[in-house]
Amino acid sequence: MTDTSTQPSGPVLAADGTPLKRSLNRALRRQKIRALMLIAPLLLFILITFIWPIAQMLFRSVENQIVSDVLPSTVASLADWDGAEGTTPGDETFYALTQDLMAAVVRKDHTRLGSRLNYETTGISSLFRKSGRKVDDMGEVYTDQFVGLDDAWEDPATWVALMADLRWVAAQSEWDGEGDEPAFRLNADAANALPKTAAAYQTFATTIQIEDNDSPTEEEPWNTVYLALYADLSADASTQVDGAQSELIATAAAEVGSFETEDLRASFVDIDEDWDTHDTWSTIKTYSPDLTNGYFLNAVDLQKTPDGSEWRPENEQIYIELFWRTLLMSFAITASCILLGYPVAWLLANLPMRSANILMILVLLPFWTSLLVRTSAWKVLLQDQGVINSLLVWIGVIADDNRLALINNATGTIIAMTHILLPFMILPLYSVMKTIPPTYLRAAKSLGATNWTAFWRVYFPQSVPGIGAGSILVFILAIGYYITPEIVGGTKGVFISNRIAYHISSSLNWGLAAALGSILLALVLLFYWLYDKIVGIDNVKLGG
Amino acid sequence: MSATASDAAFVEFERVQKSYDGENLVVKDLNLSMPQGEFLTMLGPSGSGKTTCLMMLAGFETATHGEIRLDGVSINNIPPHKRGIGMVFQNYALFPHMTVGENLAFPLEVRKMGKSDRDEKVRRALDMVQMGAFAGRRPAQLSGGQQQRIALARALVFQPELVLMDEPLGALDKQLRETLQFEITNLAHELGITVVYVTHDQTEALTMSDRVAVFDDGRIQQLAPPDELYEAPQNSFVAQFIGENNTLEGVVKEIKGDTCIVQLDSGDIIDAKPVNVATVGERTRVSIRPERVEFDKNRLSPYAHTLKATVKEFIYMGDIFRTRLSVAGTEDFVIKSRNAPDQTRLTPGREIEIGWLPQDCRALDA
Repeated sequence: MTDTSTQPSGPVLAADGTPLKRSLNRALRRQKIRALMLIAPLLLFILITFIWPIAQMLFRSVENQIVSDVLPSTVASLADWDGAEGTTPGDETFYALTQDLMAAVVRKDHTRLGSRLNYETTGISSLFRKSGRKVDDMGEVYTDQFVGLDDAWEDPATWVALMADLRWVAAQSEWDGEGDEPAFRLNADAANALPKTAAAYQTFATTIQIEDNDSPTEEEPWNTVYLALYADLSADASTQVDGAQSELIATAAAEVGSFETEDLRASFVDIDEDWDTHDTWSTIKTYSPDLTNGYFLNAVDLQKTPDGSEWRPENEQIYIELFWRTLLMSFAITASCILLGYPVAWLLANLPMRSANILMILVLLPFWTSLLVRTSAWKVLLQDQGVINSLLVWIGVIADDNRLALINNATGTIIAMTHILLPFMILPLYSVMKTIPPTYLRAAKSLGATNWTAFWRVYFPQSVPGIGAGSILVFILAIGYYITPEIVGGTKGVFISNRIAYHISSSLNWGLAAALGSILLALVLLFYWLYDKIVGIDNVKLGG
Repeated sequence: MSATASDAAFVEFERVQKSYDGENLVVKDLNLSMPQGEFLTMLGPSGSGKTTCLMMLAGFETATHGEIRLDGVSINNIPPHKRGIGMVFQNYALFPHMTVGENLAFPLEVRKMGKSDRDEKVRRALDMVQMGAFAGRRPAQLSGGQQQRIALARALVFQPELVLMDEPLGALDKQLRETLQFEITNLAHELGITVVYVTHDQTEALTMSDRVAVFDDGRIQQLAPPDELYEAPQNSFVAQFIGENNTLEGVVKEIKGDTCIVQLDSGDIIDAKPVNVATVGERTRVSIRPERVEFDKNRLSPYAHTLKATVKEFIYMGDIFRTRLSVAGTEDFVIKSRNAPDQTRLTPGREIEIGWLPQDCRALDA
């Protein structure tokens, strides 16, 4: 007798007194670890090459950091603008835009931002490129006047003394010129006294350090820094700073009242009138958050507006129709694969071995030929002057001037893709049918069922798992197919994936491509779920 | 034969031949006639053509030549589903996607029977095989024996007059097989149905059937009731195939009515009953059942020929003793004796004399 039988109420114990569950777990742990180690290479491979890129790609469909990265202060100041129809933001925003754009031009970010916003409103790309070329002249009038007051304003050392943190100055002077210069640090006092100037100078210093490997100690600040200085001093003429530059600031503060000024808005509008339009600014404001649903809205023919979303103009709506077409054609392809594949699979499963092997080779033959070759062959067969049309004309079924349009439309795509995906239907069907013993049919017939009833009531229900597996394979492959629709689909037979490919490789609107791809993925999952609800996923068999 | 049997032939095979490849005949000139209510077993080694015969009767194979008649009507050109023959398969062939009840209702459904009649019949058929509580189960949830009961009920539920069974108990263990053998014969006799039963298990054939047709090489070697088959095999194949058997080879020396003298190849002379030997000098193979061999001189007729034998091995089998002897040049001559209080237990090495009644030793074809 062991302990376990004398204590039926407590946990079952192993011979050494530990709970049986724990000692079983311990015994199995080694096995589990070994199993995990065995699959680890594959797991890693899939993680790195499949799951991670997909996650990245999906993230792109909502990611929108570029606007706030490139135009941080503009975005901040746009928060105060209500975006009402027919208005443009205030002068503050144009000041912020000048500051942001100057840095962006040096970083060469403004063209990227232009292309990004151009997806939403055409013309913004050229607007940014044009403005980028001229932005470094903005505020020059202030530079000239400050330098006119005192040549010291032209000296980088003045600015360093005014703006830099003493510790940075010390670190910079110790720097031996090897490697990177210590990153610029702002003096807290200066930041308090001259906030805008400090911000502009910080941007300037950091940008030239990173982009040009220049040192703030050697470079005269951008015009935008003088513009900021003017803004600070004119806002508060009593500004004072401590230290050597107090005199300089005091003089400048006293003089700015009489400075010649520049209207930044006018300068921008002068570069391009679009800066004066509500559309431009509302696009920037709409797309200023870090995450956006704009791509997804675009992917379903909506557009994002400051107060929600609205349908695109009728003539710009393409995606919903394209999704519909992709779905319907995938269903049609799946259905024709079932219709054509079922009898073949039945033959395969029921013919004698020798003939079945030959048939199997014929079924597998397409797998051994390049997809491109097969699709091109269909082009030869289906085209207007192609084999099929010529044959039909020759035997007189159709008139020579009335040849069938079999290619560059949905028909062509369905024909070619049915052919290409047929093996994916036949093979699972075959492997399921192979497991249905012929005695079932015999039993049904001996019980009085006609051939049809025996098939429909007894054989067919047992082959449904094969149809299910084949359909899922074919449908999922079809819904994301790209090459064949591209070659034989023309304009009426292309799928959503062709559009995705276009956005990936031609328009470079990856965000939209990612959104379309995410929707496609969601659709597939939805159909998988529906299938599970209706047929049951346990009913899918790939064999045995 | 059962009491309900009538003499008019119910199932008839007339000169039936079957070839699959056009070169070899699987069934050669089959003639068979069964009265209604008979339980007939087709017994034979695999490849002997018994299953082919069954399939031709069911309609799944067509006869290459000859005629098959059911109740006087030729059914050669009637498709299987119109023959109204019930069939039980070796692997049960219960439809896995239907419940037991649905399986049983299937033959009634295809006969367009109303739902209430259907339910009633299904219930009765299930009760008949003591499976009334299982109507809602799937076949996969049943054990092999239960599945075979359901298969039997399904073959009977539409009340066919003829039921074919293709090795129905082949996949079951011994005990279950014996129970079901008993149940099947009882059911068949109660319902008065005609049964053609195919098996390669001779015990099954002997215990269940009214008549047994022993198949070999595409022919019926012997068609007889079990006792006749066992005790009076018509040829050496049947003698070998049914039960345990000792064979000795020799030449016919003399024929006197229903006894003959055979000189064995060892030179010994024995008594036998001529079965299919006709002329003196013909080679023959004599067959003696182990339990008909006698070594107690008192029980033999005084004029009987005897053979000298040496005991080689003695096996205690509980109800019987099985003793292997060396007789007339063969080393595997077996005798069986009942384990009775007065029975002698032979020890290996002992020299004895054996003999038998002439009618128990059958001189068959060589």
